[in-house]
Amino acid sequence: MSNTVITIKFFASLREDLGQGEAEISEADAKTVLDAWNGATNNMAMPENTLMAVNMDYVEGSHPVKAGDEVAFFPPVTGG
Amino acid sequence: MLIEIKDSPFEPYQRLLEYQSDANFAGKYGATAVFVGSMREFNQGDDVTAMSLEHYPGMTEKYLQKISEEADTKWEILDSLIVHRVGEMLPNDPIVLVAVWSAHRAEAFDASRYLMEELKSRAPFWKKESLVEKSRWVEKNT
Repeated sequence: MSNTVITIKFFASLREDLGQGEAEISEADAKTVLDAWNGATNNMAMPENTLMAVNMDYVEGSHPVKAGDEVAFFPPVTGG
Repeated sequence: MLIEIKDSPFEPYQRLLEYQSDANFAGKYGATAVFVGSMREFNQGDDVTAMSLEHYPGMTEKYLQKISEEADTKWEILDSLIVHRVGEMLPNDPIVLVAVWSAHRAEAFDASRYLMEELKSRAPFWKKESLVEKSRWVEKNT
């Protein structure tokens, strides 16, 4: 079961705007990070400057995803 | 080399003293560069009454570790320490401590600057400010 799922996480303003911090999609529904965004947000337009990570490393939207991956979307970082 | 994420207030100078007392480089360092970032009571022309700092557990630690290793590769340093707050905080609370020890000052200065700049541009933290009548996410680092 769980090995066919991709976990999606949203942080900060994106989490608030989407009203969810975490979602799951089926591996069959996403080949890339951008597919994962579309699947998890009902094809909502992605805000400019959104950063993307797969398994806690920064990637581009065209990066491939597979079952078991954790895909994250978040706005520009503002720590320090 | 140590990184710490704190979800409650910390005292950076006390932490620095503790860390340095326990370190194994006594007698080897001639320079310690220390940066402490604290919360202001103003931003972009507004009074800020409180702040909430969110992070991405796991990825934040991974990137702080990564930039610490990069600094260790780029400069001849003896050790580094990064402590960063998350959660709810108030003006004047310390947000971040970066310290670097090296034999000579140039490496400590340069590596500590690198750690702070890379932390600000790559480590996943997000600030949300409370103003008098509303709250807002900080959109870019200055």
